[in-house]
Amino acid sequence: MIEGYAVPDFVSDVWNYYIIAITVISILGVIWFLKSQSDKKLAPGEKAAMMDHVWDGDLQELANPLPRWWLYLFWFLIVFAIGYLVLYPGLGKYAGVLNWTSAGQYSEEKTRVDADFNRVMEPFMHQDVMKVAVDPTAKEMGNHLFLTYCSQCHGSNAQGDGRNFPNLSDNKWLFGGDPASIRATLVAGHTAEMPANLPGDAQSAKEVANYVLSLGGKPHDTALAAAGQAKFAACAGCHGADGKGNVAAGFPNLTDDAWQYGGSEAAIVETIVKGRKGGMPAFQDMLGDAKIQLLTAYVWGLGGGQQPAAPADAAAAPAAEAAPAN
Amino acid sequence: MEATYNYKVVRQFAIMTVVWGIVGMLVGVIIASQLIWPDITMQLPWLSYGRLRPLHTNAVIFAFGGSGLFAASLYIVQRTCHVRLLSDGLAAFVFWGWQLIILCAAVSFVFGVTSGKEYAELEWPIDLLIAVVWIAYAILYFGTIVKRKTPHIYVANWFFGAYIIAITLLHVVNNIELPWMLGGSTSLVGMFKSYSAYAGVQDAMVQWWYGHNAVGFFLTVSFLGMMYYFVPKQAGRPIFSYRLSIVHFWSLNFIYMWAGPHHLLNTALPDWAQGLGMAFSLMLLAPSWGGMMNGIMTLSGAWHKLRTDPILKFLITSLSFYGMSTFEGPMMSVKTVNALSHYSEWGIAHVHSGAMGWVAMVTIGSMYYLIPRMFGREEMYSTRLINVHFWWSTIGVVLYIAAMWVAGVAQGLMWRATNADGTLTYSFAQTVNAMYPFYTIRLVGGIMFLLGMLLMAYNVWKTVSIGRVVNDAAIPQAVHA
Repeated sequence: MIEGYAVPDFVSDVWNYYIIAITVISILGVIWFLKSQSDKKLAPGEKAAMMDHVWDGDLQELANPLPRWWLYLFWFLIVFAIGYLVLYPGLGKYAGVLNWTSAGQYSEEKTRVDADFNRVMEPFMHQDVMKVAVDPTAKEMGNHLFLTYCSQCHGSNAQGDGRNFPNLSDNKWLFGGDPASIRATLVAGHTAEMPANLPGDAQSAKEVANYVLSLGGKPHDTALAAAGQAKFAACAGCHGADGKGNVAAGFPNLTDDAWQYGGSEAAIVETIVKGRKGGMPAFQDMLGDAKIQLLTAYVWGLGGGQQPAAPADAAAAPAAEAAPAN
Repeated sequence: MEATYNYKVVRQFAIMTVVWGIVGMLVGVIIASQLIWPDITMQLPWLSYGRLRPLHTNAVIFAFGGSGLFAASLYIVQRTCHVRLLSDGLAAFVFWGWQLIILCAAVSFVFGVTSGKEYAELEWPIDLLIAVVWIAYAILYFGTIVKRKTPHIYVANWFFGAYIIAITLLHVVNNIELPWMLGGSTSLVGMFKSYSAYAGVQDAMVQWWYGHNAVGFFLTVSFLGMMYYFVPKQAGRPIFSYRLSIVHFWSLNFIYMWAGPHHLLNTALPDWAQGLGMAFSLMLLAPSWGGMMNGIMTLSGAWHKLRTDPILKFLITSLSFYGMSTFEGPMMSVKTVNALSHYSEWGIAHVHSGAMGWVAMVTIGSMYYLIPRMFGREEMYSTRLINVHFWWSTIGVVLYIAAMWVAGVAQGLMWRATNADGTLTYSFAQTVNAMYPFYTIRLVGGIMFLLGMLLMAYNVWKTVSIGRVVNDAAIPQAVHA
């Protein structure tokens, strides 16, 4: 039950009684009014008389009584409304005979459907992720979950947007592609923030960018790279002197092919000059264990999943971040 | 002068009813097109959906509907009180003031100035202007009633009177707001920006108390006043029941005021307020239908006229749509139904069966009665064109609301569809995609309705060109009170 949701929030009891009083008096007033106006009835065959006022030459009114069916409709609706206000909340703090609340109904429904869903997901909770990943039912559910919770950023085909949101279907991983790492990413998320312009100016950024390219053995300008080597000290605090980063702490490896914001010289320069602020939200509280398990398996099974580190020990997972050697 | 009616202000408002009708509906057609072709206005910020949508609703409700109501009420109050309006100067002030408000509204919406409250989007300087013009209108209207020559006040005037009082109350209470200027802003945006005096769910409740009663009084009670004059006049029959008009008048006005919370069902509004709103919304069905019955039964003894008189067709069809949407409204106020219908296109269907089917059609019929008389004629230039207009409008409305009903129910069902694992069956984009065929049918319906208005404009133009302007009409002396 959601505390304090849609409950009466009167600042004093006066308002409670005020609401009850004007509601009851109003309904009684409508009843009295309707009764006082429904005394008249035409005898069978009798025609209504004409009222004796005339406006604008020819506007007149007949003295017909209230149509019976209309009157009964009105009575029925009044009775219905009274019944509703007896059974359900409406009269100030009076809770109604059924004791219904919207928050209560929500909790009930949520408990019921959660139980239903958990029954469906339960069998996969204790299986190995790599086994879950090949199960057709789990795969389908994983796909539903992905479309509901992940596709907003990573796209419905999980290929990202080629710039800000990583492709999850290839074999390049910023934070590890083995089951434990994927789960850790889903559970706790990642805050990824890189300060702007650490090397100081555009020329230095270009030099550092070339040095970064040289670390991964990629085509680069050797003169610029040499000039950038010393300036890389500003980066080494996070990415390490060898540029291999520290995946566990969320600092990407700069020597592999996994680039979130692009690995061209221009893209790296842009990253250095402007800095980056990205990150993935933590989903543990929102999704819970079962959905995390299914999503881990689904993402792992998209094509780029890596084998767990030698002893299948979750704590050792970061070590599995072995960059593809090329 | 005293022995004549002031037709000038009536004529001005009647002509502007047609003009603003075309403008408002044209903007409606544009935004309906944007929902199919989002780039149709070339991404110009001034023509973006978010700015044109309030322009459409305000133009149709307050410019088109408002002008029609001013024309009708100022005509009817004179004809049924047998006196000239209280003041010609005040009448001119109300006309030009209202037109100025409409222009300010159009400009400010296009520039993105909005207070963000639905149907009350206008910012505080325009709100103040509305209050001034509205009070002038109230003085003009009630002043005329006070000096009437008839012993009794005609039923149409009760409805207009209730409408004027209620709108004053609604407008003032909902628009209590703090201009940002008072907080020290000196920027151009800051000059017009204001913030509501209410916060959180209280603000929502005040807004929908206003919003619902804007529909109730600006679009229902007032147009019933219109109906109570033009239906018996055009049918040549007495009103079916004086007693019924009393009962539904008082019960309608009284119960309407309670029903606002049904716009906030299944939200953070306290359960008691939601329940109370729902209970009174259901009761509202009876008084609403009272007006429909009294109008339609007025035709008894004159049913044959429906075959030949397209003005009567407009009036009676409008009452049928009125009956339909006032049945639909209470049903949608039932929490279980609302859980499906709320936020979906069903709401759009409901609003338009009211706005096009009831409000626009009763106005169009009344204007076809009124306009020739403002130009010294008994009839419009072409009755045949009125008939064509009737069929185009009717088919247009039916296409529009049928498409939006199906769309709304489909949308509601798609939103709540879940897989066995609790995930949503459809992504939001898929539900949008499913709307295309219905949006297209809706656009066709809307275009037909707009074309009908253009036909009306042509018919009015021809009527004006063969008629002569009547500024003052003699008050018949033979009227016995």
